[in-house]
Amino acid sequence: MNLLLLLLVPLVTALAALAMPNKQAIRWTAFLGSAAQLVLAIALYFSYQSARLSGNTAAFIFEKKLDWFPSWNISLHFGVDGIAVAMIILTALVVIAGVLVSWNVEKMTKEFYFLLLLLSLGAYGFFISLDLFILFFFLEIAVIPKYLLIGVWGSGKKEYAANKLALMLMGGSALVLIGLLGMYYGGTGKTFDLLQIANIKIHIDTQMICFPLLFVGFGVFTALFPFHTWVPDGHSSAPTAGSMFLAGISMKLGGYGCLRVATFLMPDAAKQYAPYIIVLSSIAILYGAFATMMQKDLKYINAYSSVSHCGFVLLGIGMLTQTAITGAVMQMVSHGLMTALFFAVIGMVYERTHTREVNEMGGLLKVMPFISTMLFIVGLCSLGLPGLSGFVAEMTVFVGSWENADVFHRAATIAACMSIVVTAVYILRAVTKTAMGPLKETYASLPDAGWNEKLAAVILLAGILAIGLLPGWLNHLIQPGAETIIQKIPTIIR
Amino acid sequence: MPNTFYILLIPLLPFAAFVMLGLFGRKFFKNTSGVIATVLLLTSFVLAVTTAYGYFFEYGKLDGVYQKLVPVQYHWLEFSKTLSIDMGVILDPISAMMLVVVTLVSLMVHLYSLGYMKGEERFPTYYAYLGLFTFSMLGLVLSSNIFQMYIFWELVGVSSFLLIGYYYEKPSAVAACKKAFIVTRFADLGFLIGILVLSYYSGTLDFKSMIATLTSPGSSELKTAITASFLGMSALSWGLILVFIGGAGKSAMFPLHIWLPDAMEGPTPVSALIHAATMVVAGVFLVARLFPIFAISDPQSLKIVSFVGAFSALFAAVIACTQTDIKRVLAYSTMSQIGYMMFALGVSQYGGENGVGYTASMFHLFTHAMFKALLFLGAGSVIHFVHSNEIKDMGSLRKYLPVTHLTFLIACLAIAGVPPFAGFFSKEEILLAASQHSPAVYYVALLTSGLTAFYMFRLYFSIFWNKEAHLHGDHAHHGEGGFTMMTPLVILAIGAAAAGFIPFGHFVSSDGKPLESEFHLAFSIAPVLLGLAGIGIATWLYMKPNNKPDNIAASLKGLYNAAYHKFYIDEIYLFVTKKIIFNLIGKPAAWFDKNIVNGLINAAGNGTTLLSEKIKGLQSGKVQQYGLYFLASVIGLALLFIYLWK
Repeated sequence: MNLLLLLLVPLVTALAALAMPNKQAIRWTAFLGSAAQLVLAIALYFSYQSARLSGNTAAFIFEKKLDWFPSWNISLHFGVDGIAVAMIILTALVVIAGVLVSWNVEKMTKEFYFLLLLLSLGAYGFFISLDLFILFFFLEIAVIPKYLLIGVWGSGKKEYAANKLALMLMGGSALVLIGLLGMYYGGTGKTFDLLQIANIKIHIDTQMICFPLLFVGFGVFTALFPFHTWVPDGHSSAPTAGSMFLAGISMKLGGYGCLRVATFLMPDAAKQYAPYIIVLSSIAILYGAFATMMQKDLKYINAYSSVSHCGFVLLGIGMLTQTAITGAVMQMVSHGLMTALFFAVIGMVYERTHTREVNEMGGLLKVMPFISTMLFIVGLCSLGLPGLSGFVAEMTVFVGSWENADVFHRAATIAACMSIVVTAVYILRAVTKTAMGPLKETYASLPDAGWNEKLAAVILLAGILAIGLLPGWLNHLIQPGAETIIQKIPTIIR
Repeated sequence: MPNTFYILLIPLLPFAAFVMLGLFGRKFFKNTSGVIATVLLLTSFVLAVTTAYGYFFEYGKLDGVYQKLVPVQYHWLEFSKTLSIDMGVILDPISAMMLVVVTLVSLMVHLYSLGYMKGEERFPTYYAYLGLFTFSMLGLVLSSNIFQMYIFWELVGVSSFLLIGYYYEKPSAVAACKKAFIVTRFADLGFLIGILVLSYYSGTLDFKSMIATLTSPGSSELKTAITASFLGMSALSWGLILVFIGGAGKSAMFPLHIWLPDAMEGPTPVSALIHAATMVVAGVFLVARLFPIFAISDPQSLKIVSFVGAFSALFAAVIACTQTDIKRVLAYSTMSQIGYMMFALGVSQYGGENGVGYTASMFHLFTHAMFKALLFLGAGSVIHFVHSNEIKDMGSLRKYLPVTHLTFLIACLAIAGVPPFAGFFSKEEILLAASQHSPAVYYVALLTSGLTAFYMFRLYFSIFWNKEAHLHGDHAHHGEGGFTMMTPLVILAIGAAAAGFIPFGHFVSSDGKPLESEFHLAFSIAPVLLGLAGIGIATWLYMKPNNKPDNIAASLKGLYNAAYHKFYIDEIYLFVTKKIIFNLIGKPAAWFDKNIVNGLINAAGNGTTLLSEKIKGLQSGKVQQYGLYFLASVIGLALLFIYLWK
């Protein structure tokens, strides 16, 4: 399968949306374009699996390499492994749902959809890049539209939030860039090619300097404690689709980068720094969960809970076992779907009640059965109910973490496990306060979800159920990729 | 050999009911949903009985020993090379018995609810939830893998949550469902970590191989699990005790019982199904499932099981004597009876005659399911009639509710341990096991059985005798429920009266070999006399209206108040959660994040702005100034060059 299609489709759709004469045409263009992305992603999954079944054991397949800047050894080099395929499926699902829930955006519709599609282009490019420079290029493409999405279509303290988010993510990107340049000059023999670098043993001193730069840089994207503060403000000010993209896709760019660039290319430093990662991510998991408990705004609740849930991604990476890394990637996919659905539902509630304060709601189940049921399901997914995706992902991280038998790793694992109780507390609080209890009179005649909202929710829910009910396919997709990464990790610290 | 297709249908039929009614119930099956679900469950019940019959009488035994058969297994999720969740079905005496218990009680509840829940707005949703629960519970008892059991364990938890919160507009119901979920979730944390510990040392998640590995004395896995220790306790004990904590949460053992009385906010048939007969015994079932490991490799942790069970039994019985809400009395009674089952396992050993406690525990689970479900359904029919849960609104109802009255009486006699009703036989065996292995537990149990008889008959007389009920207006005209509500009562009453005659030891024993239970007449005298004494006191106090109960309550003021307020356990929890967790952890965390972490980030931003504010004067646009900077810089560089170069 030609991976360039993944770049071409969003690009063409984005440009086509610009050319469309009216809002309705723009919407449908965006919808059809994102549907095409989804079809493409699913086709990618099947062709990937059939390539594997037919005996292709290369770490990355569907490779494509075009010279771009030969004097600096930069090339357009693309290819995917199972982890990238999983992230692409996630992206496609979130994009189509995001397009659907934005159906009623009236302000500058054209630009809005253009930016959404541009963002998806950046994400796909990021996930398929095997050249670090190109990867960085796509990372930036995925950041900039968010500034505009929040600044223009946002609500509340949107200027502050947009600035904060853009500056923090740019700060993260700057660290990434320094790290990449450090690698380029410090030991890779002046190449940006990921596959070539993977075969070189970068000098340990270079690794020790570049790893933290890259890990923290990407970590900012995935809410690494204490660089997570853009998350609550950014999400709460963003428009619904913006929040969905932010939590569902952008935060995953960071996790993917931590894994693919930092850990994969600098395994020795990863081993050395792993305890710090574990400490920070355990803090994020518990601290995020406790902070969520005190939030009153639905978006803040989901944003802080994202800090906690993304902690599992980093914890899984820090644990450096194949199972834990598989779990980390599963958690990325699961959290992406779940949090996108959560934000979508919050958006639907907000559009109707014009408030996101849980204390001002109540009994919405009576007037909005569909939306409330979705809120329940996504809440249960968040607290790790079996049958939904969160459970399998978290459990894989736990089991993988437990493979490290010393007291330090055990303590961190138990601390992470404890979050399942705290999560139950804040999720049930939010969900029951919103959907259950006596209905307020002012809300008595609110309408339930429209077709576009229902479709968006069902698409995301289908993904959640596909992982939750039959996790085997995702697990098998990710495991070989995790194995490639883990094979390079030294067993003992030198 | 077992017919695997039939076995799979047993849980899948209720699941089908859940999916169908959950998705389309409100649109297409507004009125027929109850019948559809009941028919599906009837099929499930027939298949369960067939399977159990086949297992016990046809293919279950090999050389006279009941085997653990695993006819189906599906590779569901592979964690690593050794650890994976293989969804499977395990057939052994306890799972075969539980299949029958769960489908029977669930069928009775389905049938009963046709009348009880008639006219409810969310009728299809109710049946959908019942289907989800029955599916999950059946999945739990059939689990062949400990992680699979955890999965269904969580699912029964969530179905219980949904059903307790069924009347979602009632704040008390919402609070209760949240409480039930969170308290059991807290216990599940123990279960989860216990699974991690046990699987790490046994190298498997599969029940059969886990039990085999951790009970064979020579295995290296067992040796490591016993020698590895943490805080003075072996890893194996940690694993087992943590798993037991999970079980104690689900089974409402002290001090994790606080959710059960509040769970009575759910519709009464739900209480009968989930909070009396099936889900709450899951903890007992879990300990029974891992019993060989407990009994052979780590008898010390079994002691803990027996003490927790015995204490809970007595503790709950004392509280039950003072409660005035009939469902709460029954809830505490459930807790107390589950305590019996727990300590029966706790005092048991593995194999032969020494394993009588195990058989007794399962026997009691079986008979208790009958009479406790019956009590709840009877209570439902009373509540349906008087529209109140409070004893004070009842009295002399025997005149209006003859069937309910008679069946309720049978259930009371059964739970009080009066021969020849079912509870007598199972309780007798438990007491026998306790007297042989742990005298302290035996005396606690004996005392509790006296209290049980007392509070049950206190309830019985207060409802059906005593003063005339003050019936407001429209109750008297609608009589006892119809056919759908009475049939389950009668069927369960037959069970409560006759189930004791089943030679239970022939089928269920700790090691799978049939166990001949002996009947000791002399031994039975003490408990039966105590039971009769309890009934006698209750008759004296509550049969006719009088002020003796109030006087006694007044003279036992301190104890009575403490018991009436459930020994203030709820208040202690409230203090810990509200004051400590919310105020000392949650609030500071949120504050720290908002002010310190975020403050630092903002400070960095503001600092940059400030700095650029200061240095922006450099870009003044005045050529003379630039000339000056230029000159100064050249001089500065020249100086640097001159001095540093050398």
